[in-house]
Parts: sequence; structure tokens; C-alpha cells
Amino acid sequence: MTTMKHTSLNTFKKALIVVACSTLGAISVNAQANDVNVPDTIHWTIPFGVGGGTDVWARFFSTWMSDHIKGNPTLVIDNVPGGGSINGSNLFAMRAAADGSQWIGTSASTQYPAMLQDRRVRYSYNDWTPILATPTGGVVYAQPSLGDSAEEVLNAVTNQRVKFAVQSHTGLELPVLIALDLLGADVQAVSGMRSRGEGRLAFERGEADIDFQTTSAYFSSVEPLVESGRAVPLFSLGVLNDSGEIVRDPAFSDLPTFNEVYETLHGEAPSGPAAEAYRKFFASGFTLQKLILLPSDAPDELIQEYREAAQRFVDTEAFKDEAEAQLGPYTPVVGEVVEQHLQEAMSLDDATRQWLVEWLLEQHGARI
Amino acid sequence: MIDVLFSSLGQLFTVPHMLYMVIGVLIGLIVGIIPGLGGIAGMSLLLPFLYGMEPSVALGMLMGLVAVIPTGDTFASVLLGIPGSSASQATVVDGFALAKKGQAARALSSAFLSSMMGGLIGAVVLTAFILIARPVVLSFSSSELFMLTLLGLSMVAVLSGKDVFKGIAACGVGLLVGTIGMAPATGEFRLPFEIDYLYDGLPLVVVGLGIFALPEIIDLLVKRGAIAEQPCQLGKGWKEGVKDVARRPGLVARCAGIGSLMGTIPGLAGSVVDWLTYGHAVQSAKDKSQFGKGDIRGVIAPESANNACACGAMVPTLLFGIPGSGTAAVFLGGLLLLGLQPGVSMLETNLDLTYTIIWSLALANILGAALCLGLARPVASLTRVPFVILAPLITILILFAAYQATRSLGDLFALGIIGAIGVLFKQANWSRPAFLIGFVLAPGAEAYFYQAAQFQGAEAFMRPGVLIIGALIAASLIVPPLCSYLQKRRPTENSAKHALQEEVAPLSLGVIDVALLGSLLAVAGYMWWAFADLSMLGGIMPRLAIAIIVAACVLEIIRTVIKPMKWQIQTLSQQLLWVAGFFALIASVMVFGFLFTAALFCLGFLLVVARMKPVAAVGLAASVTLFLMGMANLLTLTYPTGVLAGL
Repeated sequence: MTTMKHTSLNTFKKALIVVACSTLGAISVNAQANDVNVPDTIHWTIPFGVGGGTDVWARFFSTWMSDHIKGNPTLVIDNVPGGGSINGSNLFAMRAAADGSQWIGTSASTQYPAMLQDRRVRYSYNDWTPILATPTGGVVYAQPSLGDSAEEVLNAVTNQRVKFAVQSHTGLELPVLIALDLLGADVQAVSGMRSRGEGRLAFERGEADIDFQTTSAYFSSVEPLVESGRAVPLFSLGVLNDSGEIVRDPAFSDLPTFNEVYETLHGEAPSGPAAEAYRKFFASGFTLQKLILLPSDAPDELIQEYREAAQRFVDTEAFKDEAEAQLGPYTPVVGEVVEQHLQEAMSLDDATRQWLVEWLLEQHGARI
Repeated sequence: MIDVLFSSLGQLFTVPHMLYMVIGVLIGLIVGIIPGLGGIAGMSLLLPFLYGMEPSVALGMLMGLVAVIPTGDTFASVLLGIPGSSASQATVVDGFALAKKGQAARALSSAFLSSMMGGLIGAVVLTAFILIARPVVLSFSSSELFMLTLLGLSMVAVLSGKDVFKGIAACGVGLLVGTIGMAPATGEFRLPFEIDYLYDGLPLVVVGLGIFALPEIIDLLVKRGAIAEQPCQLGKGWKEGVKDVARRPGLVARCAGIGSLMGTIPGLAGSVVDWLTYGHAVQSAKDKSQFGKGDIRGVIAPESANNACACGAMVPTLLFGIPGSGTAAVFLGGLLLLGLQPGVSMLETNLDLTYTIIWSLALANILGAALCLGLARPVASLTRVPFVILAPLITILILFAAYQATRSLGDLFALGIIGAIGVLFKQANWSRPAFLIGFVLAPGAEAYFYQAAQFQGAEAFMRPGVLIIGALIAASLIVPPLCSYLQKRRPTENSAKHALQEEVAPLSLGVIDVALLGSLLAVAGYMWWAFADLSMLGGIMPRLAIAIIVAACVLEIIRTVIKPMKWQIQTLSQQLLWVAGFFALIASVMVFGFLFTAALFCLGFLLVVARMKPVAAVGLAASVTLFLMGMANLLTLTYPTGVLAGL
């Protein structure tokens, strides 16, 4: 707005325009941004309760986003808990204005029901555009009574039934359950844990034989167990690189990924509907575990501005330092890359879904 | 270790630390006093400010808040009959009865004093426990947790006294309502009736407010008195309450002990603790006749327990990173925002901060109790205000509080429906605490039973811990009746007559009883049919609940047939009118929005029903609206905007 195309304008006119512009600028902060009308306040719906993982994640990002978006809008976090994030997401899908002033932050437990076509879901990721996604990783570990090394344990779990405490059969643990099944383990999933932490407690009490934690929880609570010989790490889920391959998790570079373990055992990469289901749920639940989204019909230049703002800080050292504790050693993915991955991850073809429905019923007696 | 203990105490008394802790305490008190806003809402107020704060100072502020909420929420429980938060539900029973007798100040001062004692004992337990707790907490497996839920359920028998079958039936209804939502074993949905709101089950806050608060409001409106039936003698009651506590150090210590230990067990909601200790107070009392009608022990027991429980809940939170209560869950989020990872390593690397937390808890308990005692006098005078003036304000407050549960219009409907059940129960003298205990324990009982059976198989029920708790349950069921039986066996003339009288005295039946028994049996039949397509595992709990209801109803019917009973006149029409009015209010919220309805309802009620002067009525209605708008700003709320929004 302040750049002049017509150099023929005389100084007086220039000055007049500058004055006019700065007056406008003083009235509205928005005018400062290059043709972008950034709202003063952005309401960020978090379909989870206060203090939960996604809430803390959002509060962490809200400062960074607010500081880097032009005009420094105020970010207000609006917690709408209920239905394991379905209720809040439904409300957002129904009500959110498309002027870029409303965001939603979702997590694996928002993505999974959409993929499984839960009948309560009335939102669609097709209507939303991602700004940023944060990945996480995870490690599967077992009781040392099953064996001293990962090989021994993996051998043992194919011969005996092992117990695994999960929140629900279709929760965050779903890809882990599929992975263990692919490895030939006979897993009995005991559901009804209220958090992954409760699952770990069942493991520490010796009730569960096998357990799984995401990266940050693994570092704070499982590593001490491993060090004192009370847990044996088996494999990590790995991370997805930009070309869509699952590679070693930078947080656990010493641990093989599930795919590596499978290949050593079977001599080839996993394939078939089970492998396909694993891939999809791993991608949408871990590679893109938490997402910042807004309605797709928001103004393009605003979406662009938000993405650029995210880009401005994710690569800085200051951000990485602070993010280490919150996100682990993973870099958030910004903009169009997320969009591609998201489309890919959320689309579950009918054959895979059918396989999943049957598998859940047969293996775990769970209906979806 | 000791030196860290004291160096962290030194840090506590620095100016910024004290300042922020006082801020935390003040916010905690305000949040505690406003019904329905518990620790979770309070924490959400503070969370945005935590980012970038010095951890020890921030922790002081958070703990100040956590510690005083179970102190401040006593005001609402005692003065208004509304459970201030889930931790003070049991306090309502006798606390509110005392307030109605004009002894609000006595109830309050003893509640605050026992809260403080409980909090301090809890802090001491926490200090010792944090070092040795790990094996203890790890020894509670799913089977012991299941037994603890049974111990909680056994309190129903203790609490329902004479009307034991009605109590058990009420508990069965609570169990059934508690199974709404997802089956923990199979992920099936039960009783959703295709309503989104019901998929999650009903929130505890809504059920608590519905079963206790609404019936009380309606009852008082029908009677049209002030809350206190006699003028409140504050000066005298004050000292009396302190003496009441001083006379019962054993009760305070035992309840605080139970509270802090129960708090340390992750997964067992803090809301059970107050009922367990209330039941304990009833059990251990020689004269049980005044419980429910205003026995000070019924206030002291849960109040000493709930503060201690808040301390105990910190153990699993700090040690395992697993929150022991809803508030602790938010506190955990706060820790993460401060860059602290709870877990065993927290004790090793941040022992000083851990002790800061404990010291802050202790100090905040003292501060909170002192502040509350100071406030008791002015606030207790509320009970002398004619209730018709308070009624609209309280009604709006309850609507607001219930709406905080999931921020869905479903909260308001659930409140109305549970409220209607509560009105029936209250009029016919069916135990409302029994209902609530059933509701609270249903999900836990089912999940832990399923988990214990899956994890441990048949061995689950042979474990020593299980047997110990089983013996406790048996004792709590058998010992009290045995004692009273033995007392009757060796009678002096007088007490024999007395006992005889009590035996024969009123086994009464009224029209509501008949209606309740009939409709419960009908509902049970319908439910049994509706559950037909549930799998075995998913259906076992609701079917059990139905079986309990049917058995209790049938036994009650048999009892009334064979024993002499008196026909009791139970009036209801006026109460039902008010319930209908409440639903009209909800309909108005749907059409005109919450703020507009609140303003209009207050104004209309104050002018027409309370016959206030227009100026005063407008002023009051305006301040209610301003309060709601202020809260909306603070908590970033969106109220229902009307025209059937959000369905």
C-alpha cells in the first residue's frame, strides 16, 4: 500500500498519502500488513479440555504464531471438550466463520474417527486447510521377563499371548496394534485406560506385558525404566520423510523402526491391507499428529500469511530450543507439504476399511 | 534431603513467591465460592499467564489455587445447598441442613477449620509419602481399584439407613445413568438414543447440581422462606463450630488420612472421598439420628478429607505424571507449560520444586481457611435474605455452572431431567447421595472389573489387597447392624422402649413412592429390551444395574405389603410446576440466547414473584448480566446465542 507505482506524483501528494496511510494504520493495525487483512483476534478452537496434551501444545504455539503473524493478532484458545474431540470439531465445522479469524487444533483422536467414519463425525478434513502440523514418534517396549533383547522378546510374543493396556481399540494405539499383529504377536488389548499414562502404570505394575509411549512420555517416564532394566525397547514407529518413506526416528536413532523389524523377520517389506492400514493411521496419527487448520474458504492471502508466519519461526534456533521439551526433536511441517500428506493419510479405501472392521471384531471383539 | 526441604521453605517466603501465592489463593477462593467452577476452571484462568514465568513462583500460584478450592466451595454447599464442586457434595447433606436450622456460621467455621487441618495433615502425608509412595501406588492394581469402588458402593447401605431398599434402588438408577456412553470393554455405545450429547455420558457436575441443587431451590421456593428457618446467630455459632472440631480430633485425623490416601490412588475420583468419609462418620457415630438433618460431624468429615485429598492427588501427578483428579490434570498441563516433566526424574532433578509445591499447599491451606473464616460472617448473612430474591440469581448461577461442563445445550437439559428425578427423590425421601454414588462409581466399577478380569484372570480376586478391602466392605456392612442389635439385646428398660418405638415407627409410603416404584419397573423393562443387541461384555453393567433396580423395587414392595405402614401424604404439584418453569427457562435460552434469558428471567422473577422494587430489581438483574459477561470474557466462553443454536 505504501509502495508508489506512479513516480510522477509530486512530493506533496506523496506526503499526503503517507499521512493518510499512517492515520489509517493508527486506526487499524490491519492496514500495516501488505494487502492482508489479518484479524485482530483469532479464536482457536481446541476440542479438548484445558491442560491436556493438545491444549498445552496450542498454548505453546499461540505465542509463537501471534508474534510472527503480521499485526500480531491476539490468539484466544477456546476449549470445547467432549466426545473425544468430536463434539468440538463438529461445532467448529458447523459454525466457524471463513474469514480466517477461526482456527481449530486437532489431534490423532480427531483424525481417526473421521477415517473410520464414526457416525458422530460431522466434520470433514476436505473442508479444512492446514497451516502447520507437528509430528511425534513412539516406542514399543516390553517386560524384561519376556527376554533380554528385542529379538528374544519378539520371539517370545509370537509364542505366548501378551497383554497391552490401551485407551480404546481405535485410539492412538491402533497402528501399534496393527504393527504387532503384522509381526505375528498374539496381543490381548485391554481397553478402558483413561490415558497412555495409565497404560504405562499398568505396565509398571506388571499387569501389561507390552506397552507403547509417544516420544516425550518415553523420555520422561520410560527411559528410567529401561536404564534400570525394567523395560526392554523393541522398536520405534519411525518418521515419514518428505518423499513419504518411513525412516528412523531422529529421537531414537539406535532403535530399528517397525518396518525394519518386519523386514528382518520376513525378508520383505510389509504389504497388503494390514500394512496399508498401518501406514495410513501411522501417517495421520503420528506424522501429522497435531494440526492447525482453518476453513478452506478463508481468504488465500490470509492462509498464505499464516503459513509464512509459521515458516518464519520453525527453523530458528530459538524455536528449536524451546520446542525440544514440547515436541521432541521433530520439526513442524508447514503449509502445502502438510496438505499433500493429509490428503494421502486421511483417505482410506474401502478394501482397507473393510479389512479393519473385520480385524477389529475378530482380533479384539470391538465394533466400529 | 532435609536441607532441601528447608531451603525450599526459605524460598517460599520471598516477596514474589508470597505475592503470587496470595493471588492464587484469592482466585482459588473466588472460583471455589462460585458454584460449579472447580479447579479446572480456576486453572484455565491461570494457564495463559504461566508461560515464561519462573517455575517456583508459578507453582506457588497454582498450588495456592488448588489448595483453597475445596475450602471456598464450602460456602455454596452450606449456604445454598449447591455442591460448590465435586469435592463438597457430601458437605451439602448436613451443612445445608444446619444452615436451614440457622446454624450456618457454626457449619462454616467448623468446615473451614477442618479443611485447614485436613490440608495440613495432607501436606505432611505428602511430604513423607513422596519418598516412599512408588511401591505403594504400584501395588494398587485394577483388582484393588475395583474393590475400592465396591467399598464406595457399600456406603450406600450405610447412608440410606432405614429406607435401605429405596437407597439401593436409587443407587441402581445412578449406576444405570452412569453407564450411559461408551462401554469400556467393547467401545459400544449405550443408551445414546442417537443424541450426540449422550455419547460421552453425563458430566458429574451436571448430575451433582441436578440431584442436589435444583430440588433444594424448588423446595425453598415452595416454602417461600429464608434459607435459615430461624434467625442466624452468627456470633455464637462461630465459636461453637471451632469447638465442634476441637472435640473431634480423631475424626478429623482419620478422615484426613483416608482423604490423602485415596487421593494418591490415580483413577479413583476425588468425588468419592467425601462420601466414603461421610459414610465413615455415620458408621462410627453412636447416635446416627441427626445425620441428614444437620449433624456437624457430617460437615467435619468430608471437609477434612477433601483438602487432604487435593494434597494426595499430587502424588501420582508428580511421581507418575498421571493426574489423580481433574484439577491435577490441569495442573499437569501447567507443569508442562513451565517446561517441567513430571515423573520420577522430577523428584531427582527438581526436588526443591517438589518441596515448594508441598510447602505452598500447606501455607495456602492456612491462608485460605483464615480468609474464609474472615468472610464467613458477611457471607453467612446471605441466609437471612428472603429466598425468593436469591432464587433467580442462584438458578442462573446453576445454569451457568452446568453449562461449563461441556458447553452444550445438552448440559441444561440433562440438568433439568436429573433435577426432576431429584425432586421426586427428595419428596419421597429416596437417598440422593446413593444415586450420586452409583453414578460416580459405575464407570470405574465396570472398567476396573473388566481390566482386572482381563489382566489377572481368576487370580485377580485372590490377591491380599483385594481380600483386605473385601474384609473392610464386609465389616462396614455387618458391624453397624450387629452393634445396634447387641445394644438392643442388653437393654435397660428405657432404651428397650426407645428402640422398640424406632422399630415400629414410620415405614411410610406415599403416592410418589408408588409412582416411582411403578415407573422404575417399567423403565427397567424397557431398558432390558433396549439393551438386547449389546454384546455380553458391553451389556453386563447396565443389565446389572437394571437387576439391582428391579430387585430393590420388588423387595420394597414386598416390605410395604407385609410390614405395617402408614400412608404418607406427599405433595408434588407445586414442585412439578417449578420444574416445568425450569424447562421453560431452557426453552427460552434456546430461542433467545443465554444472556438475554438470564437478564429477563432475573428481572421478571424479582418483579413478579419476589415483588421487589423496580429499581432494585433492575440493578440486580443488571449485575447478574454483567457477571455473566465478565465470566465470558475471563474464561473465553460463548454462551448459547439463541434461535435453537447448537442443536
